[in-house]
Amino acid sequence: MSLLDQIGPVMVGPSSSHTAGACRLALLARNVLGAEPRHARFVLHGSFAKTAKGHGTDLALVAGTLGYYPDDERIRDAFEHAAAAGLAYEFTTADLGDIHPNSVLMELSAGGDGANVSVLGSSLGAGFVRVSQVNGFDVQVSGAYHALLALHTDRPGVIARVASVVADDQGNIATAFSARQRRGGHAMLSMEIDRPLADYAVTYLSSLPYIHWLRQLPAVMAGDTAAPAEAPAAAGAPVNGDAR
Amino acid sequence: MTLADIMVYQGKASDLVLQDDLGDDAAARSHLLTTMLGRVGEMRDSIRRGLSSTAPSRTGMVGWNAKTLNDAPDALGAPLLKRVQAYAMAVNEENARMGRIVAAPTAGSAGTVPGALIGVADHLGIDDSDLVMPLVLAAGIGQVISKSMFIAGSTGGCQAEIGSSAAMAAAAVTELLGGTARACVHAAAQALMNTIGLVCDPVGGYVEVPCVSRNAFYAVHAVSAAQLALAGVESFIPPDEVVYAMAAVGRMLPPELRETGEGGLADTPTGRRIALKMAR
Repeated sequence: MSLLDQIGPVMVGPSSSHTAGACRLALLARNVLGAEPRHARFVLHGSFAKTAKGHGTDLALVAGTLGYYPDDERIRDAFEHAAAAGLAYEFTTADLGDIHPNSVLMELSAGGDGANVSVLGSSLGAGFVRVSQVNGFDVQVSGAYHALLALHTDRPGVIARVASVVADDQGNIATAFSARQRRGGHAMLSMEIDRPLADYAVTYLSSLPYIHWLRQLPAVMAGDTAAPAEAPAAAGAPVNGDAR
Repeated sequence: MTLADIMVYQGKASDLVLQDDLGDDAAARSHLLTTMLGRVGEMRDSIRRGLSSTAPSRTGMVGWNAKTLNDAPDALGAPLLKRVQAYAMAVNEENARMGRIVAAPTAGSAGTVPGALIGVADHLGIDDSDLVMPLVLAAGIGQVISKSMFIAGSTGGCQAEIGSSAAMAAAAVTELLGGTARACVHAAAQALMNTIGLVCDPVGGYVEVPCVSRNAFYAVHAVSAAQLALAGVESFIPPDEVVYAMAAVGRMLPPELRETGEGGLADTPTGRRIALKMAR
């Protein structure tokens, strides 16, 4: 944990967990989608369900979906910005089971025949977050590092191959997690890397026949500078269909 | 690093924190110091906005307190006290109305460090550039505490949040006023040991009541701790043991008193009414 996490981050209030953390989770979901979201559905769980309005959790989730970072003063008026940007959104509450009390299921779609994703995340306190599921697959993404998500066929050597490409690009793997649906079926690999993977490496990985979908998510913990609000660079366009 | 390590250091406490965190990496040091100076500016901005606004928060419970105090006559003839309290509340009222603040270490406790440190600096006419290293020390103290417990009201109660911020602020003010590393650590320990047991019972679960006025109180608490330490008053319990004690007390707190909005002030007739109103 950096010294700048103790005196910082610079953020729009009122709550590091319920506002900044919620914004980061939605930012990650936006990057999982990899396109400009047109519709967002947020299923709020636990404390998120109970206190979203007073904490601005709802505004922060919409703001993150729009690509705003936690220090962006536009968070306060996120609903107006969403209307202007053509983003429709809805909130609902549900018991999502035995998970962290500050959790939200985010279902984003790019509209039309575009991609849609579902991302389950929790705000752990003090602004730290964890994405624990993407499209139903267990993943481990903290937002503290750049992360690579790869949906692939469960067969020998995939993790080694991805790891070697990361190594060739001088990337250092901070965490790695992989879970499969069943032997020989689809599996999701999540890998957190100290710095972003170069475009050519992303393109190469995306071209592998056994990798069906790949996304690179930026680190969202660091950075006080409000990032530009344009659509996330399509780091690895959907290769062979979507992630479901 | 432990508080004992900082305590025995012969140089400035913040130098040791910087060395421990970044070693001799000149680029990383320069980035950190530049960013920290930027954060002093962000803190100042939030104080300025907070002192001039009376716009209510989303729940309507707070929003005018900092300006009310700032505009009031100094009844006690204690301008430092008034300034520290007003600055601290200004930051937390900005936070409550979704303004931009610097979490220190959390948003709910964001007013304590700037209230104490910038309050004292303005009282004495000290430049912002001289606040950078004290803030580095504050961050280092926060880091040490967070190794023993998770700094969040939901896990450790308010003591973990405001106790940490007060300890960080106390150390920072002590260094700002020329205190030794030993004095800085004892200031932090005094601030912590006199916060142990404080529960997190925010009305409706929102970071407003008692959070806004609590930051005013604990910014002053931090300045008191610095005053004791600068005079040579020390914590009888070794500082690291104080941190462990606080972490242990945090684990003993029932969930109702850990940011759930279900106990204490939240569980008053007025508190329950606000919770109902906002849930609608």
